[in-house]
Amino acid sequence: MKRARARVFLLIAMLIGAGAAHAQEVTITYWQYFYESKVNLMNDLIEKFQAENPGIKVDQVTFPYESYQQKVAAAVPAGEGPDVVNLFYGWLPLWVKSGYIQPLPAPDFSSDYFHKNFYPFVAEAVSFGGKNYAVPTAVRTLALLYNKKLFRDAGLDPNAPPKTLDELAAYAKRLSKYDAQGNLVQAGLLMQPSGQGHVWLREGLFRQFGAIPYSPDGRKVTYDSPAGIQAFQWYMDRITKDKVGYPNFSTDDVTAFRAQKGAMNVDGSFRIATLNAVKDLEWGAAELPTYKGIKSNFASFWANAIVSGVSGKKLEASVKFLKFITSASVQIQWLEKVGELPATPSLSEKFKNDPVISVFLKGLSYAHATSYVDEAAQRQIFMDAVDEVNLKKADPAAVLKAAAEKEQKLIDDFWK
Amino acid sequence: MTLAARRTATAYAFLALPLVFFISVRFGPMLYMMAMSLTDWGLLRKVLRFVGFSNYATIFADPVFLKSLSNTATYAIFGTPAVIVISLCLALLLDNVHGKGRSLFRLIYVLPYITPLVAVAWVWRWMFETPPLGIVNALLVGIGLPAREFLNSPTQALPSILTVNVWVDLGYCTTVFLAGIQTIPRGIIEAARIDGASARQILRRIVLPLLLPVTLFLTVIEGIQFLRIFTQVYNMSYQASGGPLNSTKSAALYIYQKAFTDFNMGVAASASLVLFVIILGVTLIQVRLFDRKLEY
Repeated sequence: MKRARARVFLLIAMLIGAGAAHAQEVTITYWQYFYESKVNLMNDLIEKFQAENPGIKVDQVTFPYESYQQKVAAAVPAGEGPDVVNLFYGWLPLWVKSGYIQPLPAPDFSSDYFHKNFYPFVAEAVSFGGKNYAVPTAVRTLALLYNKKLFRDAGLDPNAPPKTLDELAAYAKRLSKYDAQGNLVQAGLLMQPSGQGHVWLREGLFRQFGAIPYSPDGRKVTYDSPAGIQAFQWYMDRITKDKVGYPNFSTDDVTAFRAQKGAMNVDGSFRIATLNAVKDLEWGAAELPTYKGIKSNFASFWANAIVSGVSGKKLEASVKFLKFITSASVQIQWLEKVGELPATPSLSEKFKNDPVISVFLKGLSYAHATSYVDEAAQRQIFMDAVDEVNLKKADPAAVLKAAAEKEQKLIDDFWK
Repeated sequence: MTLAARRTATAYAFLALPLVFFISVRFGPMLYMMAMSLTDWGLLRKVLRFVGFSNYATIFADPVFLKSLSNTATYAIFGTPAVIVISLCLALLLDNVHGKGRSLFRLIYVLPYITPLVAVAWVWRWMFETPPLGIVNALLVGIGLPAREFLNSPTQALPSILTVNVWVDLGYCTTVFLAGIQTIPRGIIEAARIDGASARQILRRIVLPLLLPVTLFLTVIEGIQFLRIFTQVYNMSYQASGGPLNSTKSAALYIYQKAFTDFNMGVAASASLVLFVIILGVTLIQVRLFDRKLEY
């Protein structure tokens, strides 16, 4: 009897003890989509963070990319979501407008802080009504990727990729191969608007031809100018006149490039690791070809934000965690292990001589980030525009005008 | 309580459980959906507002929704009869094959049906690829015919997807038809034969009429199948978009996109209700039509 009582006493004492320890500990939840190298690195980082910050515990939860936004959308309004969430910058307007995420605390994340530490397009894209909502670890941009072996096969110098759009068009023709019927069997230049093609057009070609795609606040579509039509025409000519590539050739651009069925592609820095993993693929990267000496590129990024309703100790812990995962040392690790470029310009100095990374870094200095209201829908408009001209032989000028109207309506409806 | 009453009570008791399940899992959400179709519910919105029938006005003014409805009609109008006629022919032929051959053939026809649909869709998608990938085009080019665009063409993509769906459903329908044929009493057929009826007469006057209940069942099932076609379109069209240019988008895919890429649940709910009414209507018409002729 005595022993039993002692046991009960011990049990109660343990429970109280555990409760007390628990009260000091804050657990925050971090969500991101599943990308193996990112998830593994984040697990290591969390361990380090917890060691440095006793009393804070971080749970990482991941979902497949395809269902990521759905999960967030379902969980956050129900109050069951994450505290810190990883999101694509293009989703920011929607998430801010729907009250999903809260402004980052001003003393820690002032506009000054953003302008000092990040690329200008980052500072611009995360700010809404004077408040800043998200902070990135890494950024990404576009370059011309090319297959060195296919260059040699076509008698081209594998160390002299095209520098201008005219050269690009000429190279693409030489690198294309056809069967006896005239069907394209090796694409000189992969044309995939559903991939990076639509942003190459949006922020690259339009600007290079002298069009301004959007008004400075992003509320007005302005690419349907004569210069914009010229740019669109140039893009379409590669598909319809030169026939050096077309949408969905060999499934898609990435598959075709990996299978060495496509000689050149405009793709993002996030592809570095993927392409390095392909055996026998000898590839190089070059800055996007210029037009009349004008350079322009597209930049984008994934950022981290704090969900609405997070307050008190959890908010404090979340801010600490945000600071940590966007710190200089983490940015460097991110580049080394994931392959994405540091969001803080000064950190790139070290990589100035890397033949691939340096190309992307140069692109960042003249890159623009589109301020989307609905990235998926805006992308679809460009995919459909290309299909209209390519598959239905519609007039490019009329198609681009219609696309601009459609996109304008989308933007107007959003800000209504 | 009499024995009969007790039996009935027992039956109801056993039926109660599935009924509760059915009501909570099927009817409940359906009623909820009907209510939601009158609101501006979006997953990204925290406050619900009643908007009357404006969601319905929105979808009927949306050319993409109308296009998806007409695509759905095309799937059903061409798909259902094709499956029924071809599988009936196959079943009649198989009925003449005896011994091991029959089970072998039956297995061959049933295989596509028991294969996961997503796998089937992807394999066919690859077979339909443009040169240099797709095997169908390789065959065409091999015998000197021009290569086709198939899934890359706004006119050929829908028939391509439709063909695959017909091929998949053949196995199921053939099996059911074969079972139906085997329930026809041999005595009737033999008596007819003795009376001098030709094979054709036997088919037209005896076999087909007696297969009518089976045909009705399959027509209804297949009709519904085609009207809510989703998996094949989602997996076979590029970027799961129902393209190119919405040429393959079915009503079910439209609903999915509204709900889970646009997060516009109110609009998706009203489109679901429209599709539901259409399927219900078509099914009722089918049942009525066949019912009249069922009496012998």
